[in-house]
Amino acid sequence: MSFRMIHPAPISRRHGLLRLMTALLPILSLPWASPLAAQDWVHLTAGNNNTEIRLAAANFEPIAGDPTTLIDKQTFDTVLFSDLSNAGIFAMVSKSLAPQPTPGSPSEINLGLWAQAPASAAMVAFGNISIQNGNLVANGFLDDTRNAQYPQVFAKQYVAPASDQSARELAHQFADDIIFRLGGGIPGIAESKIFYAQRTSSGNKEIWMMDYDGANKVQLTHLGQDSISPAVSPDNSLVAFSTLARDGFEIRMYSLLLGRLVHFTDIGSANISPAWAPNGQQLAFSSSRSGSSEIWISDPQGSLSRRITNYGGLDVSPSWNPRTGTQIAFISGRTGLPQLYIMDADGSGVTRMTDGGYATSPSWSPNGQFIAFAWDRHYGPGAPGGQDIYVMEVATKRWIQLTHDIGRCDFPTWSPDGRHIAFANSPDGHDNHTRIVSMLADGTQRQKLTSFGADMPNWSWK
Amino acid sequence: MIAHRTSLRKKTALVATLTLLAAAGCHKKQAAPPPPAAMAPQTVAPPTASITADPMSIDLGQSVVLNWRTTNATSVSIDGIGQVPVNGTQTVSPSSSTNFHLVATNSGGTTEANVRVTVRVPEVPAAPTNNNVSSEADFHDHVRDIFFAFDSYDLSSDAKASISDAAAYLNAHPDIKILIGGYCDDRGSAEYNITLGENRANAAKTALVAAGVDGSRIRVVSYGKEKQFCTEDTESCWQQNRRDQFSIDQ
Repeated sequence: MSFRMIHPAPISRRHGLLRLMTALLPILSLPWASPLAAQDWVHLTAGNNNTEIRLAAANFEPIAGDPTTLIDKQTFDTVLFSDLSNAGIFAMVSKSLAPQPTPGSPSEINLGLWAQAPASAAMVAFGNISIQNGNLVANGFLDDTRNAQYPQVFAKQYVAPASDQSARELAHQFADDIIFRLGGGIPGIAESKIFYAQRTSSGNKEIWMMDYDGANKVQLTHLGQDSISPAVSPDNSLVAFSTLARDGFEIRMYSLLLGRLVHFTDIGSANISPAWAPNGQQLAFSSSRSGSSEIWISDPQGSLSRRITNYGGLDVSPSWNPRTGTQIAFISGRTGLPQLYIMDADGSGVTRMTDGGYATSPSWSPNGQFIAFAWDRHYGPGAPGGQDIYVMEVATKRWIQLTHDIGRCDFPTWSPDGRHIAFANSPDGHDNHTRIVSMLADGTQRQKLTSFGADMPNWSWK
Repeated sequence: MIAHRTSLRKKTALVATLTLLAAAGCHKKQAAPPPPAAMAPQTVAPPTASITADPMSIDLGQSVVLNWRTTNATSVSIDGIGQVPVNGTQTVSPSSSTNFHLVATNSGGTTEANVRVTVRVPEVPAAPTNNNVSSEADFHDHVRDIFFAFDSYDLSSDAKASISDAAAYLNAHPDIKILIGGYCDDRGSAEYNITLGENRANAAKTALVAAGVDGSRIRVVSYGKEKQFCTEDTESCWQQNRRDQFSIDQ
């Protein structure tokens, strides 16, 4: 893995931020490459270092004769390995290095074989899977190869009614339990969802939902008009978004529990970019009901609205500090091109964060200390224009660039564990060539989650 | 703009078709054969008949006086009018050139008389179905789309002149309601561009209201960069997309 960044700031600042991010994000361990310090492009390496736990995920052993068990087992093995790889905190042992035979239970495993080269695993996840009484049952074990006396870290049985999805669900649950135990107590994201706007065959955009790894894409709305900017509530019960109606864009509310739209008061004028407060009781959004675009806050029904900003310029794209619920990041064009600002949730303490260019789409990190956003630092007619994903440390306004030379990037959104960022990427800059990509929060391990036509990702809170 | 022209052409073609159909219908009526002549006894002489029109030629909308005289007729009818007295006058206003065909009948036979009234029709007929087309074209002649500079919702001097023309036209046509659509080029943020488009449309609305147009006649919708007039990555194309589009709000 290599980590590259462009930064005009002094080296000491760069180093400081990287150390800070290293401390906050366990995945980041970026030794300083001093020979390159004099250049604008700096190459740092992450991975192949001591902090990542070397983890082996053995294939599960199928029990009993039901032929569908074998299909479920393969799905389970693939998803489990993928989830653990995606987590960003493990050095995964390649399956080809796994000792034979496959252990199905603690009595069958020879930990010495797994601990020695070539597997050299520090931890081994293994178990068995079967269908019992119409349920898919997986018994999962996690063993520490260096603890000969009490190797078992945990053992757990996972049960779900047998279906197309049950093997994926159980693998996600086992992966999240492993990540929780070995990843510093931060829950895994394998069961999280990403909401997004998808251009349909009729040319309109509708709201869709998918698993965090791009599987199980499901269309939620069928409104036949452009629907954009989905934002899922912290409890996963509601999705707020904006739809082009007769009098302009209006906020709409979709209930994931009822599978239909529920009430949200129409106001008229442009009402866009909804964002949930972490308590789930307040929605911030941009509305031009008073004449110019300002940030407003209402309850989840669109009532009790009150205006937070009052500056005359364009204010849009609010994002709450999910840790405190007392601050809001937003984009404002009050001084010209749009810039990143933060303020208290009552509208006081407005602070400008970016010093130029064209900044959009802030997303406040789950731990409250960073804001991811899209930034074109040399924006304007005639400028080459590269819009990339950046992360800024709120306390110091120091930032690093996460994407380079992959086309236009926008709408970063943090995973619940703060270790990943999904974003919209258009390789050639065209709107209809936008797809959703995820990466680790240091910019590495990019992977496409959708094909072209998907935009505006929003990662669930859990 | 291209879309409007196309729709105007379609409507013009439709009107032309309707006119043709109307003319064909009229002609068919005139060409209807006279009632079959009854077999008359030889002892009764056939009637005599004459019909005149004054004037013989009129402009569309003017009227003409028909005057007819018959002798020995028991029944007299004129196509398009019906049964008439044996002698009489009638004022008519044909919408196109017409043959007035008189048939006088008695037991001895049938006599016909004709007079042709020429109606001079203006080159572009102002049929009732034409009103929408002419007013829509008229609308776009007077209420023109306006364009904006990069990342701006300020009205340029050109835009202000267009707004001034538009206000004069709208004040003279108080029945017309309008929709102002705000559009942005496809660079930058989708969400920010919706607010930019909203402010562009509101800038035009504010200027129209200041020029005396009732704000309740104006609907404003920002499309941001969701709808594009032009999809190339050139400044001229981006300029096409940074606009307020005016249309009649149905």
